[in-house]
Amino acid sequence: MSIARKSVVWGLFAAGGTVSAFLFPAVIALFLLVAMGRVPDGLEYQTLHAFASHWLGKSALFLVIFLSLWHAAHRLRVVFHDFGVRRDKAVANAVYLVAAAGTVLTAFYLYRI
Amino acid sequence: MSRQPYVRPMPKASWYLANARYRRYMLREVTCLLVGVYCALLIWALAALSSGSPERWGAFLAAQQNTAWVVFHAAALIYYLVYMTFDWFKLAPKAMPVQLGEKKLPDHFIVIGHYLAWIVATVFVFWLAGVL
Repeated sequence: MSIARKSVVWGLFAAGGTVSAFLFPAVIALFLLVAMGRVPDGLEYQTLHAFASHWLGKSALFLVIFLSLWHAAHRLRVVFHDFGVRRDKAVANAVYLVAAAGTVLTAFYLYRI
Repeated sequence: MSRQPYVRPMPKASWYLANARYRRYMLREVTCLLVGVYCALLIWALAALSSGSPERWGAFLAAQQNTAWVVFHAAALIYYLVYMTFDWFKLAPKAMPVQLGEKKLPDHFIVIGHYLAWIVATVFVFWLAGVL
């Protein structure tokens, strides 16, 4: 991989790792609350829809999901290598394709809100 | 370079079992699966939210409410904190050393800064979600 492309991949990995390290514990805790049947007010349809309708909320959601997806994809690529899978090119194509698909879906749903 | 360099034999798929450092590394790296799971859940939530019907959002929330998810999220939260968030903070001074003239900012300043920022970020998300 060329150095220029490597720095983009690494940059996304680091940015996504930072975002998900900081925010995902809170996200997981929110899912836990919902699972326990204690849905917080901010996750009621009207409130959340209003948040995701605002450009600021939209951008925040997009950035968090987009960066985290690319972080996970890059790390998963390395994990495949670490578990003894040596077909890096195929693995890289697959994981980045899934991340790209997730990014497009996120953008589409946010656009639709 | 020698024509037949010595390559230490190493099991390809189980090398990380050799010592605690490698095991810790692997336990950290597989947290990417959890990031993937929660990204998928968030995208699923956005799909329901963007359908424009409060009923579909209600159905999404209802689908999340069972004991299996409670157990999964509780375990995921602990695992994620230990092996992703806290490990990320621990490695931050190595990944982003801060140079101050001739000296380097001591590692623990950077680590403590990360913990403080994390608390602020978590409180902010909880406030946004109406938990606090």
